[in-house]
Order: sequence, then C-alpha cells, then structure tokens
Amino acid sequence: MATALPTDFTNQVNYTDEVAEFPPEVIEEMKSHLKKYPPERKRSALIPILFIVQRERGYIDPPGVNFVAKFLDLTVTDVWETATFYTMFHFRPIGKYHIQICRTLSCKIMGEPEITEHICRKLGIRPGETTPDGKFTVSMVECLGSCGTAPMMQINFDYYENLTPEKVDQILDSLQ
Amino acid sequence: MEIRAIGCEPLQLKRMHIKDSHTLKVYLETGGYKALRKALEMSPEAVIEEVKKSALRGRGGAGFPTGIKWGFVPRSSPKPKYIVCNADESEPGTFKDRYLLERDPHAVIEGMLIAAYALGAKTGYIYFRGEYRYLIEIMDKALEEARAANYLGENILGSDFSCEIYTHTGAGAYICGEETALLSSLEGYRGHPRMKPPFPAVEGLYGCPTVVNNVETLTAVPQIIEMGGEEWRNLGTEKSGGTKLWSVSGHVKKPGVYELPMGYRDMEKFIMEDCGGMLRPDKKLKAVIPGGSSVYIMNADQIIGKGVTMDYEGLVAAGSAVGSGGFIVMDETVDIMESTKNLTEFYKHESCGWCTPCREGTDWLVKIFNRIAEGRGRPEDAQLLLDICDNIEGKSFCPLGDAAAWPIQSAIKRFPEDFKKWLFKNVNKDEIVANVYAE
Repeated sequence: MATALPTDFTNQVNYTDEVAEFPPEVIEEMKSHLKKYPPERKRSALIPILFIVQRERGYIDPPGVNFVAKFLDLTVTDVWETATFYTMFHFRPIGKYHIQICRTLSCKIMGEPEITEHICRKLGIRPGETTPDGKFTVSMVECLGSCGTAPMMQINFDYYENLTPEKVDQILDSLQ
Repeated sequence: MEIRAIGCEPLQLKRMHIKDSHTLKVYLETGGYKALRKALEMSPEAVIEEVKKSALRGRGGAGFPTGIKWGFVPRSSPKPKYIVCNADESEPGTFKDRYLLERDPHAVIEGMLIAAYALGAKTGYIYFRGEYRYLIEIMDKALEEARAANYLGENILGSDFSCEIYTHTGAGAYICGEETALLSSLEGYRGHPRMKPPFPAVEGLYGCPTVVNNVETLTAVPQIIEMGGEEWRNLGTEKSGGTKLWSVSGHVKKPGVYELPMGYRDMEKFIMEDCGGMLRPDKKLKAVIPGGSSVYIMNADQIIGKGVTMDYEGLVAAGSAVGSGGFIVMDETVDIMESTKNLTEFYKHESCGWCTPCREGTDWLVKIFNRIAEGRGRPEDAQLLLDICDNIEGKSFCPLGDAAAWPIQSAIKRFPEDFKKWLFKNVNKDEIVANVYAE
C-alpha cells in the first residue's frame, strides 16, 4: 500500500499514554457524527472522527488515537488498525498545503508528467517530500474522478483541473 | 468539458445546465419528488416490479440487474434494513457520479427514498469517497432541505413511511467501491471485502439486509417510477434498458459526460463525431478502454468500421464491457506497455492486502513491468505476465484481482507490437523458445 507518503509507517511512531484534548465545539462536532449510527455501532463514526482529529492536530498522532479509542469505546489497536488502511490519513506532520497530483491513466496521457515535473522543480522537492518551511507537501495519488478535465490535482480538499504549468504557477503563488 | 445527451432526451442530465439545480426549489420546479409521491401510492412489491421491468442494471460496473437485487431482500425479516448509496466513485476514467452528486443531489435522495420504501428500509447511508469532501457538503445541505420539507424523516408526505438518510465519508481506498468492502468501511473497519454468500441483501450492514446501489442506478429509479418500467426500458434495448452515462476522457476534442441510450450505434461515430474526434487530428486512434480501467482494452481495428453497439451485449460481442462507462480514448502517441504499467501500479496500490493472489500478484506484476520499462525486458516476460494474471484471475477474494488481470491479458494480446518493442530489444529472435509471441 501507500506510495502516497513514505512517512506512512506506524512503526516509526513514538507511542505514548498521553490523551489528546479538544475544545468543546470540536467534541460537539464529533458527537454529531455519532448520531448517524445505531447507538451500539459507534465504531461506524471512526473514519469521520479521525478526519476531525487530523484536521485539529495536523496528523493522526498517538495522543489523538488514544482519545478516539476512549471516545468510541475501542481499543487503541482498533483505531490504528482502521486508520492505517486509508491513504488519506497521515501519521507524520505534512505541509500546510497537501498537493495531490493524480497519476492514473487519463491524467498521465494528458500531461501529468509535465505538471509533476513543474511542481517539483518549482518547490524543490520530490513526490512524498515537504518543503523545509512546512508549506507544501507533494504526493502522487490515484484517480480522483476528474478525468475529463485532466491533468488535475487536489490541494487539501480543493480540485484544480485542466492544469497547465502557467495555471499551476498562478495557483501555487496564490496560496499563502 | 461537455455534459450532454446524444440520441435521447436528457434524463440523467436533465438538470445539469440549470442554475442552482442542487437546490430543492429547482428540483421541485423540474418535476422532482413526483416519482416519490407516485411510489408511495404503490405497493412496495409493485415498485420492485417496475424496476424489474425496466431492465435497469447496476451502473457501478458489475451490471447486476437492480430489480433482482432488490428482490433478494427478505422483507419479512425482523431485522432493520438498509439502503446504501455507493458514491465511492474511484474507477479510473469514471467521473459521472461526481456531476450527478454535485448538480442533482435531490435525485439521489429521491432514488434512495423509493428504494427504501420498496425494501422496507428506514435508514440510508451515502458513502462518499474521502476526496469528494465538497460533494458531502452539498449533499448535507440537500438532506437538510429535504428534511425541512418532510421528504425525509417521520411520516414522509403524510404517509406511514419514515426514512432517514445520512452521509458518510471514506478516506481513500478504491476497494471500498466493492460493496462488501464498503460495508466493512462503513462499520469503521479496514476496507476488506467479505465472503459471499451471504450476500449483503441478506446479511449486509451490521449483519442486516442491505442493498448497495451506485449513484447513477439510484438516480434512474425516479425516472423509472415516473414513466413506468417498460417505457424506460424501451429507451434502450430489450436486455439493456434505459440510458447510460459515459465519462469520456483522453485524446478527444470534447471530453465530458455523455448520456446515450443503451444500444447506441456506433462507437466509431461516438468518438469521431459526438466527442469531436481526435484531440490532435493528425494522430490516429489507437486504443479505447470503454468501461473504466477494469475492462478489456480495445484496439482501433475492433472499433473502426465495426459498428460497435454501445450496450452490455454489444460491447461484450466487441470484446470488452460496459463496466462503469469510463471511456478512455488513446491516440497513437500512447505506448500500451506503459499505459498498462500505469494501471497495474494503480491496482497494486489499491489492493487491500486481504488475499494472497491479489496482494502478491499485483506486486510481482509491477516488478516485472518496472524491469521492462527500465529496458531489461526479456522475451518470455509477456508469458510470465500472463501466467501471473492466470494465478490472480478468478482466484482472488473479490473482483479487484480480475480487474488487475484483464487489462494486462487484453493488452498483451491486442497490442503485441507495443510489447515486442520492449521485450525483444537486445535479443536475436531465432534464439527465442518459450514465448507468447513465438509463431
């Protein structure tokens, strides 16, 4: 799995007993997800809640996982087990802007290699790396469902389509 | 990007070009929720019967008849029943659901409600792929609007039918488009597929009867109820009813989402006229993957002058399949060894790791492709790839293994020159013994 980020290996994580704390409004947001599922099926809310943990803490870290385990009455292992399956969860800090370039066939034949080279050259990093200032991380990802507007990339949760090197420059320069 | 219907009135694409089509107001103005009212006056069995008559087949890729799938749910079971919308659109080349969800979310809700009514379900979930976050926001708003207007919730439209629908997010896993893996993921586990039988219709979400349908399948349901199953089927052919969305990408002038009646003739006209022809007019058509990356790749000789009919039977006869309708067009600049390598890397990345043939097989396929791409290909590599495919196909736990094998098997057979070029590089042809390309 996971060519997305070479840092996605939990065996490099420093485990701890520390439990993360979240402000009340974030707890409320987590509870709003719990309402969707039968009361005895709290585990269903695991993925949505891990996304909230990742947003709040920057990545899925051991204190965050300890919190989720307590919150959903799961073991810490249960949480790690699910979290490490999915490529959208990170276990190390990543850049403020996560540039995810689609590398699958339609994008590939419509100019993805040129776009990737341009982005990497501009930022001075390779796919899987983060700029020293912590602003950008570049990842190669699989098909994002935007093949008719290839080549494309997703930055955090926003889609950028029909890319050209000039357009990439404008987009990256506009991100602060 | 084009979004339009050809050869039929737009049904799935009816609201695509209307301003604010995602709002309840516009949905109602354009005939929305009429089918739900009609369905609520019918018996659940009659609703299923209409869907059976329509010959609607699952639009996610497998093409299983929807009415029959619904019929498998034991209505008498005391367990709660669930309807799940599969919005985990991840098949390479497919992006139709994204536009339906973005611009016609109420059609998805209405389709789910009719399905829920027919199945006796009181709860529905829409499982979005994690990357489609902005669509979840649109859908949550649509659900809120529907709830406020009593299209959702208790005693819908004054009937005794009650139903709630919720959005749920995945987090980046192609395998979760497979229905049993989706259910594992929805329960908060790793997205591993489950053994069938029991099928989800009997034991699905939380061990309860569950139907999982693709977005486009569900948006077809209100149309079927409104116009009647038979009339809807007649838009297409006897065995392939209705219309189908095709996501066109690659080397054509006008990529986009096209709605075609089933049985549309023919594929060559579709590419050369409807989609505007080749992107670079001086480059010839080389290959088409008509149904998402998991179907057999077709070469130009199978398309040009062959009058290929675009429906389930027509594409099988032409040597491929409808799949999800992810239509990828490639011109002669594409090297099919490289394009197949690209897709194999996709399957390796997305293999969930649960069963050995798929996990190990896709890894070895990529290793061999890497060797070939580095210029160290051997003449016997084509046979080696086929042997590995043979050890995956039909031997993996879920269809992902088959999906990884089919593009390779078809590419090696249908584009021999593209492979020979890499494999026979530094070899004297007389010395070759065991080889798929040997006479």
